[in-house]
Amino acid sequence: MNKFFKIFSFNSLVVPLVAILFGLIVGAIIMLIGGYNPLLAYSSLFSTVFGNLYDFGEAIREITPLIMTGLAVAFAFRTGLFNIGAEGQYIIGMTAASVVGIKVTGLPIVVHAVVAIIAGGVAGGLWAGITGYLKAKRGVNEVIISIMLNWTALYFSNYIVRNFLLIKGQQRSEDIQDTASISIGWLSTMFSDARMHWGTLIAVLAAVFFYIFMWKSKQGYELRAVGHNGDAAKYAGMNVKKNIIKAMFISGVFAGLGGAFQVLGVFHNQALFTGSPGVGFDGIAVALIGMNHPFGILLSAILFGTLTYGSAGMSFGADVPPEIIRIVIGSIIFFIAAQGIVRWVLKPFYLKRKKEKVL
Amino acid sequence: MDWITTIGQLINTTLVFSTALIFAAMGGIFSERSGVVNIGIEGLMTFGAFAAGVATYFAEQAGMGAASPWIGMLAALVMGILASLIHAVASITFKADQVISGVVINFLATGSTLYMVKLIFDGAGETTLLKESFSKWAIPWLSEIPIIGFGLFTNYPTTYVAIILVFVSYFVLFKTTFGLRLRSVGEHPSAADTVGIKVVRMRYIGVLISGALAALGGATITLTTTSMFSHNTISGQGFIAIAAMIFGKWNPLGAFGAAVFFGLSQAVGNYFQLFEWSKSIPQEFIYMLPYVLTIIVLVAAVGRSSAPSALGEAYDPSKR
Repeated sequence: MNKFFKIFSFNSLVVPLVAILFGLIVGAIIMLIGGYNPLLAYSSLFSTVFGNLYDFGEAIREITPLIMTGLAVAFAFRTGLFNIGAEGQYIIGMTAASVVGIKVTGLPIVVHAVVAIIAGGVAGGLWAGITGYLKAKRGVNEVIISIMLNWTALYFSNYIVRNFLLIKGQQRSEDIQDTASISIGWLSTMFSDARMHWGTLIAVLAAVFFYIFMWKSKQGYELRAVGHNGDAAKYAGMNVKKNIIKAMFISGVFAGLGGAFQVLGVFHNQALFTGSPGVGFDGIAVALIGMNHPFGILLSAILFGTLTYGSAGMSFGADVPPEIIRIVIGSIIFFIAAQGIVRWVLKPFYLKRKKEKVL
Repeated sequence: MDWITTIGQLINTTLVFSTALIFAAMGGIFSERSGVVNIGIEGLMTFGAFAAGVATYFAEQAGMGAASPWIGMLAALVMGILASLIHAVASITFKADQVISGVVINFLATGSTLYMVKLIFDGAGETTLLKESFSKWAIPWLSEIPIIGFGLFTNYPTTYVAIILVFVSYFVLFKTTFGLRLRSVGEHPSAADTVGIKVVRMRYIGVLISGALAALGGATITLTTTSMFSHNTISGQGFIAIAAMIFGKWNPLGAFGAAVFFGLSQAVGNYFQLFEWSKSIPQEFIYMLPYVLTIIVLVAAVGRSSAPSALGEAYDPSKR
């Protein structure tokens, strides 16, 4: 019986699924209070995403960067660090990819794209590495450094774009060279011109890499050990400081790649930021809903992206303010975090089954 | 512009920018001293800014005149307590991860405030411009002191409240029995429980105070600098306040100093733009200044920060 409960409490999909259901119900109740029709709203949400190929493709486009920032946050979480700086690393990744994509010329077609992607990833990694270094060597709290670096990244990127990449009189950079593009033309044609790109495939591969590295390699074992108990890891002869820096670097690479994909595959240029894009902060939510597991993150990014992209359809179809979807997502995280509530609600069902067995 | 006026103006702007940060940082201290991480300060400020905007608007409509912004402050206080109750229930009663629960608050804040604003103002994403927001008070006698008089004593009433709050917070935390209990729950909850302190109750109180103060901080922005609530009224101030709290080592006086430091670097940034020579510096570097300065100061001077030892851990009496 104990085993039975264990399966149902943590290592199963029941809690997240029930949490998602509860989240949607909370959203429905709030829509009812606001005088809207929740059924119409949700059906227009899903018909937006699954109604035609273009929107379906664009929803996939929305999901891709969320996978990357979700992986970034989760990777750090797994090693005992809170990377609230995925936002800044994502921005820096975008900017590095823009610089390489626009300024480097004469490279052959695949090579240029690969170089630009690597530039984005490494830049994101180094940006996170600053946090890791200061945490490891100076003992400064990583949360506060990350927050400061997020804003620094935003303004620094605007500086780069405004001074080196801008089209005169416009608020955006020139387009990247065609050789740096990672868009997939034939797939976009298939999806009625939705912006499809190779980044999505790389994002899925990144999740696989995360899994293998974290649980099947010695390095991953060390990272987890340091995150779990730094003192014990140190006693076992591991270099704690080096591992903290390494963990932050890899985490930042994920976020930086996410940014690079947006520039090289979606926008093909970079606009001046008027505010923080928020993809990195959303990554925190994606990581939490995905239980900090790479495959969970794939699923939660799909959920998150579908809801966010579909919310635009809600306001067209049912006149509901799209912000409702952030309430839904917030509630889902709430119910996942406070699993006690979910289990408390589910308790009668467990008891019922128990009785049946006895009978 | 002679330098005396410049200094006066600089002090004045510094305090204007610091006010919200001071409120929110004090809020953060009460929560975290009781052992509950509060990353949701940003969201609680948003809730406060929203409640203040809407309540002040309706108070104006009802003809309350100059009392309207005070009604707004009161509404923010209530709203902050209600919103932080979510955080408290999840993280204290249901032992949810405190960071996650704080993230939830941030999500709910951006979502629900805009949702409600659109409901109330017929689909517009912001409140109308408030007519009755706070204006600056010159304190008699004191405001006539040369140099600092204008800077320190001609300011918004909320700024004076913020400064008084710092000393009240310090007194409550370090000179009263309540403060001792609150801190003990954050340092060593099982020891506190052994001597009969109600751990859960103390933590609830800490989180709810935190919600109230953070929301008041958000309200001061709506009611002084912006005079309205929109989606970007609160954009990052909550996180800066958290930084100020950590920077100030969870001590009201230290956090006050840090908040003023952030305010100053922001004010200096604004001032640079008035001078002709500043045109040669890219404006982005000026915007970056407060954040880069913070990192430098943290690395050079502060080093390892000392959080309350039970911070982030749910209290489980069975593990005593």
